[in-house]
Amino acid sequence: MIRIENVSFKHRTTPILTDVSLTIPKGGVVALIGPNGAGKSSLLSLVARLQPLQAGAIDIDGLPVDTTPGRELARVVAILRQDTTVASRLKVRELVGFGRFPHGRGRLIEADHAIIDAAIAQFDLADLADRFIETLSGGQRQRALVAMAFAQGTDYLLLDEPLNNLDMYYARELMRSLRSVADGKGKTVVIVLHDINQASAHADRIVAMKGGRVVADGTPAEILTPETLEAVFGFRMRVETIADKPFVLHQL
Amino acid sequence: MRDRRLLGLAAAALAAAVAFLAIGLKGNIAFVLELRLLKLAALVQVGVAIAISTVIFQTVTGNRILTPSIMGLDALYLFGQMLMVFLLGGVGYVALDPQLKFGLEVLVLMALASALLLPMLKSRLDMGLMLLAGVVFGVLFRSLHSLLARLIDPNEFSVVQSASFANFNAVRTDLLVFAAIVTVIAAVIAWRARHVLDVVSLGPDTATGLGVGWAGTVTGLLLLVSALVAVSTALVGPVAFFGLLVAALAERIVDTRRHGVLLPAAALAGIVVLVGGQTLFQHALGNATALGVVIEFVGGLVFLLLLVLGSRK
Repeated sequence: MIRIENVSFKHRTTPILTDVSLTIPKGGVVALIGPNGAGKSSLLSLVARLQPLQAGAIDIDGLPVDTTPGRELARVVAILRQDTTVASRLKVRELVGFGRFPHGRGRLIEADHAIIDAAIAQFDLADLADRFIETLSGGQRQRALVAMAFAQGTDYLLLDEPLNNLDMYYARELMRSLRSVADGKGKTVVIVLHDINQASAHADRIVAMKGGRVVADGTPAEILTPETLEAVFGFRMRVETIADKPFVLHQL
Repeated sequence: MRDRRLLGLAAAALAAAVAFLAIGLKGNIAFVLELRLLKLAALVQVGVAIAISTVIFQTVTGNRILTPSIMGLDALYLFGQMLMVFLLGGVGYVALDPQLKFGLEVLVLMALASALLLPMLKSRLDMGLMLLAGVVFGVLFRSLHSLLARLIDPNEFSVVQSASFANFNAVRTDLLVFAAIVTVIAAVIAWRARHVLDVVSLGPDTATGLGVGWAGTVTGLLLLVSALVAVSTALVGPVAFFGLLVAALAERIVDTRRHGVLLPAAALAGIVVLVGGQTLFQHALGNATALGVVIEFVGGLVFLLLLVLGSRK
């Protein structure tokens, strides 16, 4: 369970998050949606202790993120940031292998290789495994980064806009992979999404943020209504139900 | 394949060392050999210290063009040395036990380096900014050094002046044992941290996500770099582009940034260039020019080349 209690966060004097409280039980896919600048990424980086906590408390499975040793936390939670760049000259397999670092401090045993191979296969990277990262396209690189986060093998997976650069096929594949680890292995996935319909199709729960606060929280059917969406994004959009799922026609 | 290249480098380093010891051996062989061994030990240490410190520094800054000396760390070392002469007086400084003195200088450099550079390294800066800051820092440290040089007594100035120029012909052998201890310890720490260094090269966010605390790790690595810079500067004086040269050379040869391979490769390349170069200059070219000058010239060219080619990021 991820517990976020009364978290506020300021960048210099600009408030980014104001008094956010949120409990995410173990297991399932939770989508964070909201307009640009709503504080979604900041919330995710606070949970993943990439930024120091200024006010409030966050713990994951009872481990407070600000005081738990980083190494211990790295075996519980994995994060993929938006726009992660890989400055180092690495092959895809090496990059994915870094996901195992928290477990063996760099020494890979048989079991690690099996996990790395599985992650590579899951994200369709087998053909690219020996290519250097810098020779890949944006979408391929993104898949390699997600595979690395997967290989970390944590119960909690925080993904900040992982669908960036992915084509329709791989976006759907990624969402289905997330769904299957949530269902099959009881993992908890918190994912920032801009494509609301992906959230509708694959998430159990949607948390909507705006102006540094949580403004709506519920199942896709509860959140994806014209009224709530207008309150979050500031314009009216059509919502149609297809195969029992609400789909937002925001392009119209 | 990489292992073979590493072995090739090791063989080249060994050949350079043997050539350095054996070529033109005549007269009192025991005496000459002892002299050469001492000098070889010093050169090997300098090569290893500069190579390792450069690789670590580049990894921490995520920047293939920066080296500790371009950031002015060796100038900072000389400044620390000058500061001690200033505070203790020339006589007091000379009276100090050289090893104690060296120990003090290492500590002063570590303190100064962490105070000045840590705030910059807490988060990775953009390369242009980092390079600019590095050049400014370098100038600052060198200016501070010359400011102090003007303030102190001319007699005291002569005490430190000899240490301010790179000289591979007159290495300080009195510090050898102490410096060797520092180099070996630092090299062992660097080797044991090779996997952590691989993770550090991914940047602060990814490293933190993988459980490597950024601030603590970077502080530790910077202290390590300071100790190594102190060793090489104390033994031969400041060399600006040598680290860049061997780090770039090693990376081209082993074609990887994994520190388990790159660190030994860079250290070996450092030995090859320094010991091999010195042998060449002493025997083939009859000491026509100083090795330091040539290394700086070639290293400077490499620096410009990397800048122009945009150094594969």
